[in-house]
Amino acid sequence: MTQDFRTSAGGRIDRSSPVDFTFDGKAYRGFAGDTLASALLANGIHLVGRSYKYHRPRGIITAGSEEPNALVGIAREKGQNTPNLRAPQVEIYQGLNAESQNRYPSLSFDVGAVNDLLSPLFVAGFYYKTFMWPRSFWQKVYEPFIRSAAGLGKAPTDPDKDRYANHYAHCDVLVIGSGPAGLAAATAAAQSGARVILCDEQSELGGSLLHDRTSAVDGKPAVDWAADAIRALSENDKVTLLPRTTGFGYYAQNFVALAERVTDHLANPDPRLPRERLWQVRAKEVVIATGAIERPLVFPENDRPGVMMAEAGRIYLNRYGAMAGKRVVIATACDTAYRTAVDLKAAGVDVAVIADLRPDPAGVHVDAARSAGIRIEGACVVTGTKGRLRVKSARLGRIRPDGSVTAMGEEACDSLLMSGGWTPNVSLYSQSRGKVAWDEDAGAYLPGASVQHERSAGSCHGVFGLQAVLEDGYAAGENAARAVTSAAKRPKVPAVTGGEEGAGGTLGALPHDRDPARVRAFIDFQNDVTAKDVKLAVREGFHSIEHIKRYTTTGMATDQGRLSNMNALSVASKTLEKPIPQVGLTTFRQPYTPVTFGTFATTARGEAFDPVRRTPMHDWAVEKGAEFEDVSLWKRAWYFPKPGESMHDAVARECATVRESVGIFDATTLGKIEVVGPDAAEFLNRVYTNPFLKLGVGRLRYGIMLNEAGFIMDDGVVGRIAEERFHVTTTTGGAPRVLAHLEDYLQTEWPDLNVWLTSTTEQWAVIAVQGPKARDVIAPLVEGIDLSTESMPHMSVREGKICGVPTRLFRMSFTGEAGYEINVPASRGREVWDAVWNNVEAVGGAPYGTETMHVLRAEKGYIIVGQETDGTVVPDDVGMDWAVGKKKADFIGMRSLARPDIVVAGRKQLVGVLTNDPKVILEEGAQVTAEASPALKTPALGYVTSSYYSSALGRSMALAMIADGRGRMGDTLYVSTAEGAVAVEIVSPVFYDAEGGKQVA
Amino acid sequence: MLLITCPYCGVERPEIEFRYAGEAHIARPAEPSKLTDEEWAEYLYMRTNPKGLLAERWRHAHGCGRFFNAIRDTVSDRFVTIYKMGEAKPDLERLVVEAAQ
Amino acid sequence: MPEKSVYSANAHLSPIVVTSNVRVEEAAPLVRLSLRGGEAAASHAGASIGAPLPLEPLTSTMADKAAAFWLGPDEWQIAIQEGDATAVFERVETAMADTPHSLVDVSERNRALIISGPKAAWLLNSQIFLDFDEAVFPVGMVTRTLFGKADIMLWRQSEDIFVLEAWRSFMPYVIELLQEASRELEAA
Repeated sequence: MTQDFRTSAGGRIDRSSPVDFTFDGKAYRGFAGDTLASALLANGIHLVGRSYKYHRPRGIITAGSEEPNALVGIAREKGQNTPNLRAPQVEIYQGLNAESQNRYPSLSFDVGAVNDLLSPLFVAGFYYKTFMWPRSFWQKVYEPFIRSAAGLGKAPTDPDKDRYANHYAHCDVLVIGSGPAGLAAATAAAQSGARVILCDEQSELGGSLLHDRTSAVDGKPAVDWAADAIRALSENDKVTLLPRTTGFGYYAQNFVALAERVTDHLANPDPRLPRERLWQVRAKEVVIATGAIERPLVFPENDRPGVMMAEAGRIYLNRYGAMAGKRVVIATACDTAYRTAVDLKAAGVDVAVIADLRPDPAGVHVDAARSAGIRIEGACVVTGTKGRLRVKSARLGRIRPDGSVTAMGEEACDSLLMSGGWTPNVSLYSQSRGKVAWDEDAGAYLPGASVQHERSAGSCHGVFGLQAVLEDGYAAGENAARAVTSAAKRPKVPAVTGGEEGAGGTLGALPHDRDPARVRAFIDFQNDVTAKDVKLAVREGFHSIEHIKRYTTTGMATDQGRLSNMNALSVASKTLEKPIPQVGLTTFRQPYTPVTFGTFATTARGEAFDPVRRTPMHDWAVEKGAEFEDVSLWKRAWYFPKPGESMHDAVARECATVRESVGIFDATTLGKIEVVGPDAAEFLNRVYTNPFLKLGVGRLRYGIMLNEAGFIMDDGVVGRIAEERFHVTTTTGGAPRVLAHLEDYLQTEWPDLNVWLTSTTEQWAVIAVQGPKARDVIAPLVEGIDLSTESMPHMSVREGKICGVPTRLFRMSFTGEAGYEINVPASRGREVWDAVWNNVEAVGGAPYGTETMHVLRAEKGYIIVGQETDGTVVPDDVGMDWAVGKKKADFIGMRSLARPDIVVAGRKQLVGVLTNDPKVILEEGAQVTAEASPALKTPALGYVTSSYYSSALGRSMALAMIADGRGRMGDTLYVSTAEGAVAVEIVSPVFYDAEGGKQVA
Repeated sequence: MLLITCPYCGVERPEIEFRYAGEAHIARPAEPSKLTDEEWAEYLYMRTNPKGLLAERWRHAHGCGRFFNAIRDTVSDRFVTIYKMGEAKPDLERLVVEAAQ
Repeated sequence: MPEKSVYSANAHLSPIVVTSNVRVEEAAPLVRLSLRGGEAAASHAGASIGAPLPLEPLTSTMADKAAAFWLGPDEWQIAIQEGDATAVFERVETAMADTPHSLVDVSERNRALIISGPKAAWLLNSQIFLDFDEAVFPVGMVTRTLFGKADIMLWRQSEDIFVLEAWRSFMPYVIELLQEASRELEAA
């Protein structure tokens, strides 16, 4: 394919490096330095997409991220599609494969284009009107239709294979945008000694200077001056330059998010590189230098491929050597389009006519065009275009003094370049929560007062003309630096020739001589919103621009309406007969342009999404084939199936082994807090329901901790290691919460207490050995501790050694069997475990997991906080009034236990539940009712909290919270199951060894 | 993400290092058992929830671990002043006047 | 400043990250004590280890084979290069016998990484939001903060050497993310 529309020389492309790529499967050639848009244009391709609603053929309109039409999907491999990339931002590389969107089967023949013929159906608010009735159509007709039609582009189907990086950065001055204002600001700030970050969404820094053919700065061509300025910045250690980096989010306190595209432009990226990097920047000062965006003209058929912004035509020509057309009509209301005309003419393009809305165009830009011999028509408006997939001609009309239009005939052309003037790009200022202010002279919204430490520089705050923009940029950089350092310097502002400010501009729909019922002039190209749609919305009662936006979808494009908003606003304002500031402007929000999910997720995915905590014995359990369950961030061994065993088989075997012989269990994840100080006992006495003052050294006590509202928040075993030292355990999931709760009271309520808390959760590995043979198993390994029940009874703690390792040995039980919990320093956990396991295995014992632990404790009626309790349960509800120290003057939550709603009869109480059919295992959470089929709206009596098969009982069993449960012993109630209600008997929650003789043996 | 100054560390850190801990200067009654149900409910649940300046507790949870107090404007989400636990509550009305000046 | 830091690379383990401009290594085991209490206790403890405990927020002190870190207004971590944790504990505990305090052996709770080289700060900034400019985070500064979602203690031992401690079960997460971030340093 030849590049028919490529200039013979010039531009910033490397003509010695051809690049082959495909678009919709067809091969094209461009040059290194091309964007997808510039390469397509060089190949004469304007038609690049179909519009969202009407599927109208659409061409490239802009040369920037505000591009509404040229959206493409790019996949480096199957299933990895990135949709909605803006072709002017896509840099081509060898082998690039781009696909257009919103068309089937092809761009030039698209079935969906039938929507265009049905366009009366799709007027403003069609979502709200068309699909209302009949109701039965919703599921089968409307929803499938909307689902297939909705959405831009195709989402990837496979998990993203790319890597994404995160980087936190700090700087004195962040400059967003590297055109003349941004370069000047960064230079001034850097010369003042400030730490500077300069970012720009484009592949090259320099902004408009890169396509300025005629201006000179300091006697150098503008582009050379830019190169020098960039080089000077890059040589400064305190400056970070970030091309291909979009400042997409301006948040509180100068927290600014940038998205850096690291490898998307490379043919064969090094796999060690991330695809994109999220920069989270905290800047002391921010300079917004995001420029201005040229406004389209709103005339009938302004969406025909080949119609493009005038400045875009100049950018493609001067920067990329790509001509928009060979015979061009320029429609404008503004001087700057004349620069495009002059540059095109100089490149050999036939400029048919400049159609200027203004009756008497004048000034330096107009003079330049006139002296280049270009035909200029004043009071001249484009009233339509012809051509199917590309513009073939433009209709022109003369605007008479009364505002009416008479036809002037047609002008043949293969491209129409338009300019309605310039809209300052206030998106980031608006994101910073600043309020834009309408400037009547500028005919634009400009940044108002700064809410954060930021300032705008250059055309984004209404300063135009290269000399003025540079001066503004230097001042902004210097002032930003001055706010940070006292050493701010005022650099000499270079002298500029050329680059004069252009006057003029228009807003809203243009006059024409066509039948208004039959023509459409587009305002928002991406969402297919026409001037008529906006007028209709106003007529239907939507008077605020925020409502008009949502009703018509204008300004909801990927550029948030930077291209379209002002025209929509103007049409609304004229229809409402209210000045623009009274109609308002929609708020620009983060992100500035679409950001990939990968960039937001960065490294937080897969195993690295959250820390995965493993115990020192984790690998052993893996080797033994354990299944694991997640308990907060921990991986805990759930059960240890032997070959061929189901979970049920394994748990039944593990339970029986513990009851009959001995089991070994990894209890490392329990939270541990060392409570130390002269007032340690007093403190624990205040935070637990149980009395602690008289707990002897070497003794353990089970404690319940309430919140101030009286509800159980945690439980655990507390050991008194020394007079002033306690070893407190918490639930696995509750450890951080409990520590914060205790610190809160210590620091804020009782700062007079001499007691301190230290988390020791990870200091210790904990090996639970439970069962009748527990003592026999550990005895040979223990030194310095008399394990006899007389010397070391149930609920006691001793310090000594096991396997030569220092230990805190707890004699305690959560299973109902005699048992120990061996605390050893974490790094020694595995070797002690191996030694104990050796002995356990020798006597026929087994490892057990959390499921068996749950069953064994349920057989004993022991609660699990968070399973039997739900944050509304007091000790008496779960039958643990015995753990509440009645003689205590106070403890956290004590007063609440006397609240009227707590002492009232009818509260739910913990009971045991046995199904009449011993094989039925109830579902946890199932409702308990008095009748098998209660009348509708009968409140349930309660619910099942734990339910298991018990090998000790040889049948199923359950725990439940039931209203007045303790008064219902022996009653028959009903529990819902998937197969209907089943009858159950209410029994004591202690199913096994009610006398408790086993654990103290 | 807000920046919050920890009065104990003396540095400004991102909000994510901190935990909010409710309204400040609500002291736990010395003898809860002597309170009526209404008084106890007042202590447990009643908060001012103002539009404007609020004295509230924060904890430098991922830093030095200390609780401290702060005056924050619930309208602008700006911290007006920060002070250590145990220091007197600033005169909010005076702060409003100062802020207006 | 003493010749040798209390932290040294664990010679039994291979480095975690080695590139031309940054290294990440696991530190050899240490005795670590958590001290909570007032300045009087701190003063006695400092005398017993030969390094006065820092009283200025976010600062550290170093002696031969020992260092002390300010973690909070009543909290310090003491690190000592010595084999027997129990013996060190008893020595320090005895020195503070008459002063209310809490001394807890946390030697096994934490693991430490040594991150060194000209790109050390850059590497840490992949997950830590602190500003490592030396004017803001000078040599000797120590702080608890977050590394991604993990709580850590971070100490700047010298311009290009940082020590990062985390609870042991969080260390694989920290290591994985440091390795991930370092990969691009070797790319062209």
